[in-house]
Amino acid sequence: MGLDTTQRGRYWDNDTAMKTYDAIIIGAGHNGLTNAAYLAKAGLDVLVVEKNDYIGGASVSREMQEGWIYSSCSYVCSMMRQTIHRDLNLTRHGLVLVPYLGTVSYGDRGETLISYTSEEVNYNALRRHSPHDADAMFRLHTDLARYAQLIRKTLLRTPPDPTSFRPRDIKELLWLAKEFWALGEKELYEYIRFFTMSAADFLEDYFETDLIKAAMASAGIIGTALGVQSPGSAYILLHHVMGDVDGNIGAWGLARGGMGAISNSIAGALKELGGEVRTNAGVEQILVKNRKAVGVVLENGDELTAGIVVSNLDAKRTFTQCMDKNDLPEGIYEKAKNFKIRGSSGKVNIALSAMPKFTGVPDNRYVDRGGHNFVGSLETMERAYDCWKHGRWSDDPFIEAVIPSAWDPTVAPPGKHWMSNFVQYCPSKLADGPWTPEKRDQFGQTVIDKIERYSPGFKDLIVHMEIRTPHEIEAEIGLTEGNIFQGELTIDQLLFNRPFPGYAQYRMPIKNMYMCGSSTHPGGGVSSACGANAAREILMDLKRGNTVPEDDCYDE
Amino acid sequence: MSGNTQQRSGQHDFRQVLQPSPFHPRVEEHCRVKNWTSWNGYQTARVYDTLAAEYFAIRSSCSVMDLTPMEKYRIGGPDALKFLNRLVARDISGLKPNRVTYVLWCNDEGKVLDDGTIFHLRQGEYRLCSQHHQLDWLLISALGMDVSVIVETHEIAALAVQGPTAYSVLTAAGFEGLDQLKPFGILYTQVAGFELMVSRTGYTGDLGYELWTDPSNALALWDAVFEVRDRGLYDLRCIGLDALEMVRIEAGFIMPADDFNTAETTVRAGHDRSPFEIGLGWVVNFDKPHFTGKQALLREKSRPIKRRLVKLAIDGNKPPIDSFLYDGKKGRRIGTIKTQIWSPILKANLAMADVEYRKGKLPKEIWAEIYYQKELEWQVSWARCRISETPFWTHPRRSATPPQSF
Repeated sequence: MGLDTTQRGRYWDNDTAMKTYDAIIIGAGHNGLTNAAYLAKAGLDVLVVEKNDYIGGASVSREMQEGWIYSSCSYVCSMMRQTIHRDLNLTRHGLVLVPYLGTVSYGDRGETLISYTSEEVNYNALRRHSPHDADAMFRLHTDLARYAQLIRKTLLRTPPDPTSFRPRDIKELLWLAKEFWALGEKELYEYIRFFTMSAADFLEDYFETDLIKAAMASAGIIGTALGVQSPGSAYILLHHVMGDVDGNIGAWGLARGGMGAISNSIAGALKELGGEVRTNAGVEQILVKNRKAVGVVLENGDELTAGIVVSNLDAKRTFTQCMDKNDLPEGIYEKAKNFKIRGSSGKVNIALSAMPKFTGVPDNRYVDRGGHNFVGSLETMERAYDCWKHGRWSDDPFIEAVIPSAWDPTVAPPGKHWMSNFVQYCPSKLADGPWTPEKRDQFGQTVIDKIERYSPGFKDLIVHMEIRTPHEIEAEIGLTEGNIFQGELTIDQLLFNRPFPGYAQYRMPIKNMYMCGSSTHPGGGVSSACGANAAREILMDLKRGNTVPEDDCYDE
Repeated sequence: MSGNTQQRSGQHDFRQVLQPSPFHPRVEEHCRVKNWTSWNGYQTARVYDTLAAEYFAIRSSCSVMDLTPMEKYRIGGPDALKFLNRLVARDISGLKPNRVTYVLWCNDEGKVLDDGTIFHLRQGEYRLCSQHHQLDWLLISALGMDVSVIVETHEIAALAVQGPTAYSVLTAAGFEGLDQLKPFGILYTQVAGFELMVSRTGYTGDLGYELWTDPSNALALWDAVFEVRDRGLYDLRCIGLDALEMVRIEAGFIMPADDFNTAETTVRAGHDRSPFEIGLGWVVNFDKPHFTGKQALLREKSRPIKRRLVKLAIDGNKPPIDSFLYDGKKGRRIGTIKTQIWSPILKANLAMADVEYRKGKLPKEIWAEIYYQKELEWQVSWARCRISETPFWTHPRRSATPPQSF
């Protein structure tokens, strides 16, 4: 079998003698590890504490069935900053990101739309549905590219504080304004419209075929408690197409060995830079003295002291569960409590004894190496959202499936496969009372029933299943409500509003305390950008030289 | 001396510009985008369907490439070893049967004609593989020796199977004995009822094998390998020359005529290169008896080096195609990029570059001036470059014996 990416306790360190670290980072997810690596690179003595007995947070590979390695939570990646990949030598530490090809979208009546990486083939596939839509796809991609180029430039930059008069903020605001202005007046209006529109309305301007609209709209709801008809979902769509793999904007990649390869490689870099990671070390509370963070108390009662404390937990969890309310300045607790972080998705990981066959899909090398999106129609997706609103999981859910073993020989035995199913919607709180193992299994049943409709015989291939509702994701990973982005990506929680207005520069209301997770700019997705941006700010405060590289820019 | 220059002569059809390889029926079936080019006169795919997928087949799973067009010579006769050891700069007198070694050869001025590999097939019998036609030079070099030089480019079908699962794929295809085959080793075996030779060699820097057989077995060999994929066991993908170009630069392998001008094609003085100037001093052995170019190379070695082909990693993500190189940003011009790729595995621009030395020393800080286009408008940027004295990318699986099983 392949490389064991799930070695437990590898970063365990028994040395618990009292010492003061320069920095303690809470949570060994990919952003926490990235943050620690850049602090360590500047010569700081850093410790990452992790509540689980494994590292990675939601970017993790786990062997739940012997021979099969699941990317238990996040399963694809397009926003990983390649400049960080290169700078931290992540390849040498075992990271290989492979683009995946083509996706099949399935309609309610069994019709299929296959998207290809080749422009010509893709055009022909679209023409089968509508010659008009095939042409309009070029217009859509140009428009998305125009919107995305601006956001993409901000990923590895700290957002300015629009209320501040510090030269640095004014300079950054002017830069943003200049970039916006460069769009031109018409585009400026379009842009603002775009931020407040629904994905369905946005796509209405381009396409006539429902399946094409549904296929494109699915990116607008992933990880979000919004429907395809909800205002704001257009931006989520953009968030999902602005990434790239090797400069191919909108392409998605899979990590060889599962998403844990990302966290493990960053941890490898961190270790080489002298950093330390301690597992089985959940944080009970962040210690505050004289309005300054001074360390953490672990769940086992150990007190660890540090010059600064960096939380990679989401904003809600950080302030409402890991801090004494009395240590917080007025209003912060309420802001955190009201932080929008609704769980909307579940995950079903399935070990398969063979490659499933799907109805209406030709035996095509592009297809079985790519994704399978069970979208149905805009109507079906909106109805799926209705279920969520009423506290039920969708009875006909949207499923984004990927079969990484089709190209990755390290994640399943020869001839066997594993299928990642991202499922929407699934609420964190059910209307009919708390989640139970029985309800969780019923949710899983709903998912495989739907796949069986498109792939008769699918159920007979199932060797093992791991069903994860928001309840499990919160309990295991610590993401509040199982929200994959550590807070929704709506305009009220983006850029200088993320996580809260006035606190978007990674510094928190307590001195010597910072945040570095996806609750901060630029938000969710396995990008390492939040962790790196936070490190740059911290090093500035500590008057250390910056170790964080500039982003690779594809837009100028 | 006896020279055999028969190359299916008398059968040439002027309407057929590029000849098909014995694998062509399968190659054509797999090549979706019909992106053809000529490699040594053969119709060869640059890309089969998607370059990124082909590249990652080599680095993540398993790739298959038709290697038949590579120039191949059978060297035999009583003086075979004497002939080869005088031809090439490396001492090959210790090359045992069933072993392969990498070599280059020079003209009398010590300028490189080509590079290649020597396979010691059986006691006293060798195969020399080269990038370009070498028969003329080989026959000149064979004057006065009892040696036979036979062009066998077209008589041997060859297939490269490379990538981390190459061992598992071939084992599943029924190849036996690969577990003990070390890098640069040769194994004679049988598969699908015919004889073939397997060498653990390649141009990818990864785990991999090259399979050599009679052209009449070509399709059966192809099918035996691809049957592993059809059984659903492992992913396999054909790769074209474009993907090969990417991995060979990552692995630090040079390409004569692309990275440096070969001596027999050089018209202008000073445009040819010695082994030292292309960073291949390590395959020159002065301790052995006379070889062609030895005196010139000894003289050159006593003087400070003037220039060298270096492996260069270039900052940022702008492609440094044909870029000029400078000693310091906007400093004195000191060289050019010869070949370059974006490395998807390292997330970096990598290049082979010709760089001038000053008083025997490398420039302190090399910068590239990069011209690139955005929506038909040209831009220029400067990027810092760093010399890599080792291959850009290596992996222990390349030499692990037995290789890892999947």
